[in-house]
Amino acid sequence: MTAMESGSLLVILATAIAFATPLVFACIGETITERAGVINLSAEGTIMLCAMVGFVAAKVTDNVWVGFVAAAIIGALIALIVAYGAITLKQSQIAIGFVLALLCSDLSAYLGNPYVRVPGPTVPPRFPIPILQDIPLIGPLFFREGDILVYAGYLLIIAAWFYFYRTRGGLTLRAIGEQPAAAFARGHNVIALRYAYTMIGGALMGIAGAAFSLDFKAGWSYRHTAGYGWIALAIVIFGGWNPLRVALGAYLFGVLQSLASVVQSAIPDLPTQMFTVAPFVLMILVLVLTSSDWLDRLLNYLPVNARRAFLRAIHAAPPAALGRPFEQD
Amino acid sequence: MTTPARIAGLPPAFYRVGAFVISLIFIALIVLISGASPVTVIGSMVGGAFGNADQIGRVIATLSPLLLCAAGLVYTFNAGLYNLGVEGQITFGAIAATWLLRVVYPEGATASLLPPPLAIALAIVVGGIGGVLWGLLAGALHVYGRISEIFAGLGLNFAATGIAIYLIFGPWKRPGVASLSGTQPFDESLWLGTFGNTEATPVALGLGLLALAFTIIVMRNTYFGLRLRAVGRNLRAAYVLGVPARRQLLSAFFICGLFAGVAGALQVVGMFHRLIPNISSNLGFLGLLVVMLVNFDPLWILPVAFFFSALNIGSLQLPLSFGLESSLAGVIQGLLVLFALIGHGLAQKYGRKPGE
Repeated sequence: MTAMESGSLLVILATAIAFATPLVFACIGETITERAGVINLSAEGTIMLCAMVGFVAAKVTDNVWVGFVAAAIIGALIALIVAYGAITLKQSQIAIGFVLALLCSDLSAYLGNPYVRVPGPTVPPRFPIPILQDIPLIGPLFFREGDILVYAGYLLIIAAWFYFYRTRGGLTLRAIGEQPAAAFARGHNVIALRYAYTMIGGALMGIAGAAFSLDFKAGWSYRHTAGYGWIALAIVIFGGWNPLRVALGAYLFGVLQSLASVVQSAIPDLPTQMFTVAPFVLMILVLVLTSSDWLDRLLNYLPVNARRAFLRAIHAAPPAALGRPFEQD
Repeated sequence: MTTPARIAGLPPAFYRVGAFVISLIFIALIVLISGASPVTVIGSMVGGAFGNADQIGRVIATLSPLLLCAAGLVYTFNAGLYNLGVEGQITFGAIAATWLLRVVYPEGATASLLPPPLAIALAIVVGGIGGVLWGLLAGALHVYGRISEIFAGLGLNFAATGIAIYLIFGPWKRPGVASLSGTQPFDESLWLGTFGNTEATPVALGLGLLALAFTIIVMRNTYFGLRLRAVGRNLRAAYVLGVPARRQLLSAFFICGLFAGVAGALQVVGMFHRLIPNISSNLGFLGLLVVMLVNFDPLWILPVAFFFSALNIGSLQLPLSFGLESSLAGVIQGLLVLFALIGHGLAQKYGRKPGE
């Protein structure tokens, strides 16, 4: 491989990481929510409304970080509506989430109208990390081109994984999504915890929205982040509700998007609009393959040991109590 | 959790009406935030929907496919399915109808190979078949692939949009320039007739009303409707009691796909007269909102769908009169449905139970 080729490969991958960073926040947020047993289907609307709110708050105060805080608060409030409807009123989480997805998208278009294509503040670009950026291969790829949000994304993934699998709080989080009755019997307040984790997840989705409008897709326009919320929901399933695999899914989607822009410049005859849809379609195809049992049937032709290892690598079951309200009595 | 005694034990209707009033307050607040007066804005929307024959025609033109989608969604909702793939079913129906019209009236030809009324009828039938294919695909993924119908449907929505865009920019592109405005419009002989000079077509309205009437009868008076509800309420119990659950689920996808596909075909022959990228105009998602608001009971679909169509058309006036975004229609629709769901939940949780 020549220096130029490896250079462009590096550019593709670094772009992929940047493309994927807002999704990492959204996907980890949804993973936390779903691990606690609640589906927040409003992601599409939450991300869009928070992208608008984050942009406007940052523009008005001329401070990007105020934008992120505002977006996180709105994200948490939308999640609070989901939590109230789902946990306290025991209504269909799908119905409430879906209505909020549409409502918040339209709200972002309506209230954000005066801010369409207005210049605004953005997160400072390119923030190489001293020392780490000099590690061969890994340095230039992960620690040289990114800005501060890219690194915050790495930290979030590691923190979520550590919390889930290495702390007592994480054990409880998984318990209230798998066996809420048992967790309740052990003295945990299932309802309060579900509220808390749903709102934390919503806040992360809000940050994802602001990450789009203040950084990776800077600015605000009508339906600015269309599609990303639905994709985030799909990636969580693809990642089997495990933060590391979910993050891998998000970065994989980033690679698809990044490749699409390369293919596009190589084959200018194909319509550009195809490439904006293609990664979404591919992602769903992968999801179909990994979550159906057709793959299992194919695996039956493999030797037993290989099959078992393969199954462990690709298989994941949703939290047992996902989407079901908890009956305390 | 404890309930404040003040709000518990009232008649269930109190909570539903209360939630409705709160949704109106929120709508007014949001209009105020955007710097306009709620009364003027609502007045302008009413004027924009019913001001003249053209506008009423547009409301009817929106209502017709919406009725088809909502009627179809009654089956999937009653079977316990969230058919978010309805958008893709509309789109694929529209693609199929466009394909047929391109076959019977090839590019460069001077007349249709079939008599135009027959060509239009065939296009609607083929559109229905296209919708059925897309619906059954989601159904098969759900029933045999054990994939959530929500994600199978959403994925197929993206796929249908992708196919439409590919066709518009690729094989079916306009001679000269391919653009987002869609394929070359069909010859006027292939346009569906309208009420006077309006956009509303009697055929589309008739099909919409027919689908709705059929659905009301099926859900109230047939064994099929009963079995569908049984599957929706408790899949396992229905299966154990001898209801062919898989067949029920697939038939729900079949009927919903059929109605949505016909709606897509009508968008092509009655509304846009060509294939455009957003041919579904989000009518599928709007249909989901309608059916959720009426709590899956088809009897109430007509008034609610009419009201929602009027909101959509009335809001088109907003950018012209006030420089506001027309998505206020979606905000109003969303808030009404959200608070209806919450009101329903409050009535169930706190409402006075019969016999108390």
